[in-house]
Amino acid sequence: MATELGPTPVKEPASGGTPIHHGPKGVGEDNAIASQGKWASWLLAPTIVALAIVIVYPIISAIVMSFQKDAGLDPVTGLFTEGGPAGFSNYTNWLFQQCAAPGGGTVACPPGTLGSQFWSATGTTFYFTIVTVTLETILGFWMAIIMARTFRGRSLVRAAVLVPWAIPTAVTAQLWLFIFAFEGIGNKLFNTTILWTGSEIPARWAVIIADTWKTTPFMALLILAGLQMIPAEVYEAAKVDGASAWQRFRMITLPLVKPALMVAILFRTLDALRMFDLPYILTEGSNNTTTLSILVVNQIRQGFNSAAALSTITFIIIFMVAFIFVRFLGANVVEQQTGAGKGKK
Amino acid sequence: MKTPKFLLPIATAGVLALTLSACGGGGGGGTTAGGDAEQGLDSRGPITYVQGKDNSNVVRPLIEKWNAAHPDEKVTFKEQTDQADQQHDDLVQNFQAKNANYDVVSVDVVWTAEFAAKGWLQPLKDKMALDTSAMLKPTVESASYKGTLYAAPQNSDGGILYYRKDLVPTAPKTWDEMMSMCSIAKENNIGCFAGQYAKYEGLTVNTSEAINSAGGSVLNAEGKPSLNTPEAKAGLETLTKAYADGSIPKEAITFQEEQGRQAFQNGKLLFHRNWPYVYNLAKTEGSSKVKDVLGMTALVGADGPGASTLGGHSAGMSVYSKNKATALDFLKFLTSEETQKFYATQGSLAPVLGALYDDKELVAKLPYLPVLKTSIENAVPRPVTPFYPAVTKAIQENAYAAIKGEKTVEAALSDMQASIESASAGQ
Repeated sequence: MATELGPTPVKEPASGGTPIHHGPKGVGEDNAIASQGKWASWLLAPTIVALAIVIVYPIISAIVMSFQKDAGLDPVTGLFTEGGPAGFSNYTNWLFQQCAAPGGGTVACPPGTLGSQFWSATGTTFYFTIVTVTLETILGFWMAIIMARTFRGRSLVRAAVLVPWAIPTAVTAQLWLFIFAFEGIGNKLFNTTILWTGSEIPARWAVIIADTWKTTPFMALLILAGLQMIPAEVYEAAKVDGASAWQRFRMITLPLVKPALMVAILFRTLDALRMFDLPYILTEGSNNTTTLSILVVNQIRQGFNSAAALSTITFIIIFMVAFIFVRFLGANVVEQQTGAGKGKK
Repeated sequence: MKTPKFLLPIATAGVLALTLSACGGGGGGGTTAGGDAEQGLDSRGPITYVQGKDNSNVVRPLIEKWNAAHPDEKVTFKEQTDQADQQHDDLVQNFQAKNANYDVVSVDVVWTAEFAAKGWLQPLKDKMALDTSAMLKPTVESASYKGTLYAAPQNSDGGILYYRKDLVPTAPKTWDEMMSMCSIAKENNIGCFAGQYAKYEGLTVNTSEAINSAGGSVLNAEGKPSLNTPEAKAGLETLTKAYADGSIPKEAITFQEEQGRQAFQNGKLLFHRNWPYVYNLAKTEGSSKVKDVLGMTALVGADGPGASTLGGHSAGMSVYSKNKATALDFLKFLTSEETQKFYATQGSLAPVLGALYDDKELVAKLPYLPVLKTSIENAVPRPVTPFYPAVTKAIQENAYAAIKGEKTVEAALSDMQASIESASAGQ
């Protein structure tokens, strides 16, 4: 669809390209900037179209759907019929855990319905996010510091560390499923008889271990990039002044790596908040490992419109977390880069 | 002001994009099937057959054979992934888009009611009727919705009770008999019995087997839940009691089919409920410790053979198909004796035709057929309901809690009942 728009912008360069050679001051420059900007926006148009089709349209469509009732069954014909407008009932049903009652109206969702799992799934999602991101940050930092040193085989270590990150999550989950099986390698190796996927605490930690194993390298590399921006002279100066290793870490490394670290944490947090494949394959969401994304996917099979409402709620939750990060914790994904650009000029 | 000028191209592009993409979107979940079901009943021409991954290479040879005989009505094979959930979602998307190229589709027995109620499957009646008299009754029931056949039973599957011939003198006939043999397991320091009790589809299978075998049922004839009954309670209690007293080993709460099979093959179980596929693996795999002592019998119930849960697939015809006369012929071809035999020998897929289970040639090849026949004859289809996804979740969630002892059997059953009632009440 985007290609159909191609011919129109092509006409523009004739008016837009030339004025640049005129004098550096006055009206000519304004015109040049204006037409350049116009030219640029024509060039951007195909991208905007593509984004509108793949992002804006689905989001709007999902929001529209979330205000429709799910199809109900006509008791006479046994066929599904359209549900009609729902107002905010899809949203309130999730938030207050209300389900349809057999005689009409709503009741508190009985255990066993998806509706009864909304708040526990929200709790689980945040639990996973907080624990995994904390673990990954600590381990990732440690790995990054090791990789930042110069030693023989450093590039080999850097490449090797990336292997878990490169494996598709579904495959990772399947691997860990074998490891955590009752007769699996995990129990054989440590001579234990833990039912990893059989009760809440081991099941949650199985997911956490697998997730940490997989995504710590990502953290490590982002932090490593930040570490390498710190000039060696700063450390040398500190050493001359007699700063201890701990002081150097706390007063130099931490503040200087903070921008990169915050971005890494932000990315990981947003990623962890929509965690799906790992718990879905490892535990099928049993023993309180159902995340919001798993709930959405399960709901899709039971009714699209209600699922659309749930994914909108999930979207809002993730958006709020991202907002808090950027606004209050200084994770400036965009400004950081433009700031650096200005500095160089 | 220069901003409007800047925005103009972007705005134009954006509006255009939205209009274009809006054309592509359709309404969700519509059910105006009445007209579509009357279309194309007599027309013939090329059609497409849609099925999940053809692991044992049975579909391609069959289609080649059909195409050689029908040069003007060729069948094209559209292969989906090997994941059941993905196959389901792919079918839903294409039905919603009214894709005329999904003429004949393979549907899991548990999807039939949902697809039929959405108006996506052509009812196989009147002009489109299919002769089902030679088929095993439970397979026909599982392909029907509200008394109408909506798909042609294609292959079937039922549970088998595997046991250790060296330790069990005579195969048990009832649940209590089997439980009384658990002392043998204890003497040998192995687990007594296990099915699949991890929280997934397999738990629904095992739970409804337990309930049906005790004379109860998950849904009654009207499709309403009927779990607050003494029979259902007795059924679920067989599992909870056995798990509590250790007859079902603790680790069975993590078992899907494969983990259970591994445990049985490693000689760690006396009795094991699983599907027919286990037979070949347990007989031939090098690591199997039960190769020479593998016994098979029908599942056990309260006082006689248990009621297995039925698996398998049916072939449905899309209401949006343009060449329904050809599609019907293809369904007849898929259910013919010759094709069914080929399915059994080439793909180890259990036939739907009763007569084939007594076919000497076939039994020599697949020794589990007589046991499987008893199993399927006594089988009960999994709850036939258009709300199956919600029903299976309700069963899994509550049966899992009950087996682990986190909930009483009564509470689990009444929560199941309430969940299913709520799901079928619609929004």
